[in-house]
Amino acid sequence: MTTATTHEEEHHDHGPASGLMRWVTTTNHKDIGTLYLWLSFTMLLLGGAMAMVIRAELFQPGLQLVDPQFFNSMTTMHGLIMVFGAIMPAFVGLANWLIPMMIGAPDMALPRMNNWSFWILPFAFTMLASTLFMEGGAPAFGWTFYAPLSTTFAPESTDFFIFAVHMMGISSVMGAINVIATILNMRAPGMTFMKMPLFVWTWLITAYLLIAVMPVLAGAVTMMLTDRHFGTSFFDAAGGGDPVMFQHVFWFFGHPEVYIMILPAFGIISAIIPTFARKQLFGYSSMVYATASIAILSFMVWAHHMFTVGMPVAGELYFMYATVLISVPTGVKIFNWISTMWRGSMTFETPMLFALGFVVMFTIGGFSGLMLGVAPVDTQYHDTYFVVAHFHYVLVTGALYSIIAAYYYWVPKWTGNMYNEKLGKIHFWWSTIAVNVLFFPQHFLGLAGMPRRIPDYSVQFAEFNMISSLGGFAFGLAQIFFLYIVIKTIKGGEKATGIVWEGATGLEFEKLPSPAPYHSFSTAPEVK
Amino acid sequence: MILFRLSRRWHTALLAMLTFLTSFSAHADYTLNMTKGVTTISRDIYGLHMLVMWVCFIVGIIVFAVMAYSITKHRKSKGAVSATFHESTTVEIIWTLVPLAVLIAIAVPATATLLDLEDTSKSDVSIQVTGIQWKWRYKYLGEDVEFISSLSDNNRQAVSDSTPHSADHYLRDVDKPIVVPINKKIEFLFTSDDVIHAWWVPELAVKQDTVPGFINTSWAYIEKPGVYRGQCAELCGKDHGFMPIVVNAVSQPEYEKWLVAMKAEQAAVAASSDKEWTMDDLMEKGKAVYASNCSACHQPTGLGLPGVFPALANSPVAKGDISGHIDIVLNGKAGTSMSAFKGQLSDVDIAAVITYERNSFGNSVGDSVQPSTIKNLR
Repeated sequence: MTTATTHEEEHHDHGPASGLMRWVTTTNHKDIGTLYLWLSFTMLLLGGAMAMVIRAELFQPGLQLVDPQFFNSMTTMHGLIMVFGAIMPAFVGLANWLIPMMIGAPDMALPRMNNWSFWILPFAFTMLASTLFMEGGAPAFGWTFYAPLSTTFAPESTDFFIFAVHMMGISSVMGAINVIATILNMRAPGMTFMKMPLFVWTWLITAYLLIAVMPVLAGAVTMMLTDRHFGTSFFDAAGGGDPVMFQHVFWFFGHPEVYIMILPAFGIISAIIPTFARKQLFGYSSMVYATASIAILSFMVWAHHMFTVGMPVAGELYFMYATVLISVPTGVKIFNWISTMWRGSMTFETPMLFALGFVVMFTIGGFSGLMLGVAPVDTQYHDTYFVVAHFHYVLVTGALYSIIAAYYYWVPKWTGNMYNEKLGKIHFWWSTIAVNVLFFPQHFLGLAGMPRRIPDYSVQFAEFNMISSLGGFAFGLAQIFFLYIVIKTIKGGEKATGIVWEGATGLEFEKLPSPAPYHSFSTAPEVK
Repeated sequence: MILFRLSRRWHTALLAMLTFLTSFSAHADYTLNMTKGVTTISRDIYGLHMLVMWVCFIVGIIVFAVMAYSITKHRKSKGAVSATFHESTTVEIIWTLVPLAVLIAIAVPATATLLDLEDTSKSDVSIQVTGIQWKWRYKYLGEDVEFISSLSDNNRQAVSDSTPHSADHYLRDVDKPIVVPINKKIEFLFTSDDVIHAWWVPELAVKQDTVPGFINTSWAYIEKPGVYRGQCAELCGKDHGFMPIVVNAVSQPEYEKWLVAMKAEQAAVAASSDKEWTMDDLMEKGKAVYASNCSACHQPTGLGLPGVFPALANSPVAKGDISGHIDIVLNGKAGTSMSAFKGQLSDVDIAAVITYERNSFGNSVGDSVQPSTIKNLR
């Protein structure tokens, strides 16, 4: 034992083992964070390729490229891969990289479980993607997999989908346990709860949401499995079950899931705006309370996804009131960010541009969300392109923009290299113009009466679909360009200073050099 | 500075996009906003939609204007020095309470409209709507009128030729529209034979899921005669995009005339069951029935889709004992997409399509079944 300790002390900053096995056996939070981020990027490109198929088929009316069954597989797989493969792992990757550095810890609390929770995922997604090559095709019932379309009427590959979802759920729950254990136990002396960076706070709350709802999803897919193969009738009215119950169970998971994908984004934006405004975050404690209230409310609004399913009127009223109430704490966040900017001394480097893009376009998504929450009007919006536009504004220009902003903001700390500012700005403007050309016209399509998830449409929808597709192709290309920036930055670039940004705060910038050492804090820093 | 230069680029792009948009308007019939519709409730919903949208516009303009002002003025390049304030309880209470008040102002009319929307009492006409992959069955309760409505033949042709501009109302036209009277309260009762569909006609502001084993209700009071088109709004499988709805709203006398004609037509169809049909007639009729009812799954070639929909060519059912074939068409196959066609097709249609399937796609069993046999098996 004594020799081992001496050994560690002598080689305080020893790096990782080399070769492929480094990545397979690693228990280092930075390595695992990197793995998560690369998995997420791969899935973004895969899910993006599917989106390109969708937009190419919808470029003009008539069936040109794919048959309707395959089109349905594309929308289904695109949704599943983006939600479970791109957005969620990206946030877990950021949590891995950043939480230990932000709270002054050497690593995550449970490093071996960390390794496992990552390495489940490539297998889960390989299993999910393999359904594309199976007889009968990949799941084609939408990412919400409503029964009985996903049970009695589904292709055989659905069983692979079910087990893939189980594996993703196990991975997410383990990741969440790790985050909670790390934050609760490994904060540096003096780092009280109300001194934690908001990214840490939002992830702590997100982790509880994950633990609460991923088992519900697992329950839903297990009931699907037994309905399909073991003669149960959970979702089959002929056997005494109820197809609508599936939707209740699914959205009891699904709505908190929406916040799982946006709360960490709030944390990122709350870190970036103060840095580039050179001014302290406005209303820190109200930000914490707003996040907590959004998380609590998220459990109580699930049936607003089901206003047309046939609910008692009292239920519809309740879910309408509870839903529009969420706009209050969400509004508080927007107002706080703008107040942080107000009378600051702002500069507009790429992370700040993406953060401001987030604030504006997430707000647009929030507005359409408020409109959708008004139950009687949802009669007209529900299951149309208006909904598609809404959730892409909150997930692409919301969640994804925050992830890209986080990349530009922290990558100098990760690699020690500055990204190329000019290329970053091109990436921002290119993406932002393209994404609005892509999704804004979809509001008009929905209001004009175009349902979602259709491979072909009536000719009065032709113009906006063509515009939307052009925007889609441009946005897809912009992310290939992003891949180029990512690789270029890893390979080299202007050396970053320890603080990186003039206005940066937080332990990762103030106490660690760039690039951050392999083991972040061997000795806990003092937080005043 | 760089942001300003870039924003000019953004401006140019916006102009280019607008030019692009207006270039369409020559032949376009796109719309930007929700339809006002033709029912009492659709007008209320439209009004509510406009109210919430204006609230969003106004709040948005204020929020984005403040942001834009701050971005222009409070920048380091203009020598702005950051202030140090970082909280204000008063301000925070204000921007919690003001949105809350706005929400309550929206919730009051929304509640009234919702209660109205859900009140299906005192209806004059009741129509049961059943979703079936991928068509609709309409049953006029108390009138003994019942029929199936699906994508029209010229639309089907346009889909398979991929010539969307060749057909009027592409993907929004049916073989048999439903006919309803104006100025009457029409109650719809929704259910499904297989998966969940959603019956949606924007001009009526009716969108309701059809759930197998359950009945949902909605209503419409149409004030203007006309033809109103919609389509299925809930993903229901392969041909979800190809199950349109056409509602023909007419005056009460015209509606009654239509009912009489429908009853006569149905009586004629029932009578034809007792007639002896020749093989050629059955084959010809069967081909048409197959095209509109079976080919979506089993494919026009009869080869099916491997792993999803079985082939009829060379299938043990289509080439085996005819009673098994009749049974599966009449009663469907539990646990699969094969639905029971006894509720969807007439005796003649079923006899014809079975005969057709046994003697097409390379199958040459040579036997046939008479409509009267089907009638007795029901």
